[in-house]
Amino acid sequence: METKAKNRAAQAPQTTPIRLTGAEIVWATLVGEGVTDVFGYPGGAILPVYDALRKFPIYHTLVRHEQGAAHMADGYARASGKVGVCIATSGPGATNLVTGIATAMLDSIPIVCITGNVSSKVLGSDAFQEVDITGITLPVTKHNFLISRAEDIAPAIRYAFQIAKSARPGPVLVDITKDAQQATAVFDFEAAKPRPVRPHPMRKIEESSLEQAAELIRNAQRPVILAGHGIIESGAMEQIRTLAERAQIPVALTLLGLGALPASHPLSLGMMGMHGESWVNHAIQDADLLIACGMRFDDRVTGTLATFATKAKKIHIEVDPAEINKNVKVDVPLAGDLREVLELLLPRIPSHDRSAWLKSIDAIKGASAVRDIKNLPDLGHLYAAHVIHDIWRITGGNAIVVTDVGQHQMWEAQYYHHEQPRTLITSGGLGTMGFALPAAIGAKTACPDKEVWVIAGDGGFQMTSPELSTIAQEGIKINIAIINNGYLGMVRQWQEFFYERNYQSTPLISPDFVKLAAAHGIEGRAVRSRAEVAEAVGEARSAPGAFLLNFMVEKEDSVYPMIPVGNALHEMIRRPEKNLIESPEDK
Amino acid sequence: MLHTFIAYVEDLPGVLTRVASLFRRLNINIHSLTVGRSERAGLSRMTVVCEASAEAGHRIRASLFKLENVVDVDDIAQAPSVTRELALIKVAATPHSRSQIFELVEVFRARIVDLTSESLIIEMTGVESKIEGLIQILNESDGRILEVCRSGKMTMRRGQHTSSVLRAMGAAAGDQPEAGDQPETDDLA
Repeated sequence: METKAKNRAAQAPQTTPIRLTGAEIVWATLVGEGVTDVFGYPGGAILPVYDALRKFPIYHTLVRHEQGAAHMADGYARASGKVGVCIATSGPGATNLVTGIATAMLDSIPIVCITGNVSSKVLGSDAFQEVDITGITLPVTKHNFLISRAEDIAPAIRYAFQIAKSARPGPVLVDITKDAQQATAVFDFEAAKPRPVRPHPMRKIEESSLEQAAELIRNAQRPVILAGHGIIESGAMEQIRTLAERAQIPVALTLLGLGALPASHPLSLGMMGMHGESWVNHAIQDADLLIACGMRFDDRVTGTLATFATKAKKIHIEVDPAEINKNVKVDVPLAGDLREVLELLLPRIPSHDRSAWLKSIDAIKGASAVRDIKNLPDLGHLYAAHVIHDIWRITGGNAIVVTDVGQHQMWEAQYYHHEQPRTLITSGGLGTMGFALPAAIGAKTACPDKEVWVIAGDGGFQMTSPELSTIAQEGIKINIAIINNGYLGMVRQWQEFFYERNYQSTPLISPDFVKLAAAHGIEGRAVRSRAEVAEAVGEARSAPGAFLLNFMVEKEDSVYPMIPVGNALHEMIRRPEKNLIESPEDK
Repeated sequence: MLHTFIAYVEDLPGVLTRVASLFRRLNINIHSLTVGRSERAGLSRMTVVCEASAEAGHRIRASLFKLENVVDVDDIAQAPSVTRELALIKVAATPHSRSQIFELVEVFRARIVDLTSESLIIEMTGVESKIEGLIQILNESDGRILEVCRSGKMTMRRGQHTSSVLRAMGAAAGDQPEAGDQPETDDLA
């Protein structure tokens, strides 16, 4: 497959006011906002917009389902830090976006979704393909607009971009009636500029709180930094690193925080929470101070709240004032942009020796290492953890990895060590199966020079596998690793642990994924043993086009450690020392 | 605890839904909600009364501020304030049974605003308990209540306090809260 030359010729944005149709205003405004790529699917109520596209230097990727369009915009935004854009028609086109919009909402990802709607004259009349999409998306967007006049389009789209990327980012939907697309109005990009962002009045940093925080940090014996997605959104990687290094504070990361501090950094503990390694969660439970940075104490991170880090004072630095004291009551709240707050805090933090604390964490780490699947002998089984660890080694940790949701997602978080921000793209908050393939298309579109890997389970992959056609049509080079265990693995694991192995509705018959890829003109191969992994990964990487690897892994493997819901953070199910179930069907 | 939120919102379609939806999502029942024009062009003033924990009050206020159409929010809580409710009560009353109701209306300082041979309408303004009191007495008397229409609470802080948005807009520059007035509840603690 050859990568198509894309028409993204630089064209100066329209600066002098000019009369355009509403449809043209949509594109002219997007060009003005710096958009080069959109993901979408045409239909009756958005046709005027599609008709006008040829006049503008924006590349449109045709998806196979609108959910894919929203995930692509999301993946594009996560990989680039820019606002992702998707387009759909009214009715089912718009409702198909909803899962993708909610995914972006829960993970605070800036995307702008543009939908067509029926003409304003028939709004609310149950016209063909009419749906109240602004009503439907109200709880899963930061804001949305229903636009029925051409002159309102440019201000709404510009306002949507501002909302999407300001403060705590998130999705915004702009619903435009067909008659507004067809009418004309004067397009004046400058005049359509939104009013300045109105700062949240509860987002303010008290001098006394800063001093309190600094004093807690100076006096702490066993502090831990809880590093979240906000570090990446705020661009505070340097500041977090400085704080950690200067005060010698170990850093535990949330799933979406991975990459905020290089995994190889000596102060990086790794991922915390339900599937965090034991030393990470023990360190949090033993800590006398938690410095939560750009994270929201999600239930997957805290375990049971009543037993969460009871010995620790808590400092919470967070851009969204509504997150303060929501789940965990904190001692010092600092509601503000993380980078700005850390810049104010750092001058008050002297260097500090905490080697005793760090050594005590290392001791737990050493004890845990013997249980690590990486250190177990190769008995001829193919374990997902091995596959992911090998992909990490072979790619030098430099790829963008886009995961789906489930066991493979947790193994990825444990065994692919992310050195850079924006190299792990995953649905954390909503946990959306089917996310990986379309989000990877978005990520590759944003970063065409980066190596992009999809890591997905056999269940989630099938939720959006028609996007293989999109990959084929666009000639996108993505490597796809399916971790195929014949089960909805994470659900099966819960059934094993908590439902007496009643594997109700989790065994899964899948198509031959290699043949499925071939049907799309995409190369692929199955991998059944550890010995083949390195060669197969190499083959995928060197293939000119997309390549699918179907890893037939151990069927009843589980993700360890695991904190059962209702347990404290340190009460975890550990990996059995003599690992792994000998599965009778294993061949 | 009972919270009374005052919200200044843009006077646009759908804004009421956005505000109400925030309470709905938290599974909080709104006791009463009044909306009307405010002293600023283009801004409506809402009084929302609901039962929620003290912590939820902070979160609701912070979340209301996150709505693009919400310009200012105040949680009155225990601060000194004036609260009134308007009620229209239609009572079945014949010329023979009116006089007893007239007496009650007099005692409660309400007014008769409509009178027919079979019914009358009482208009009453006051705090919630006063309105409840009149309704209870009417129920216990001969007069049969046919309809009750209550506005819900309207609340305003006492003294020279003005909403911070008005201060920000320069409408009341230099205004200071009255001595002894409750401090602004902007702090996060």
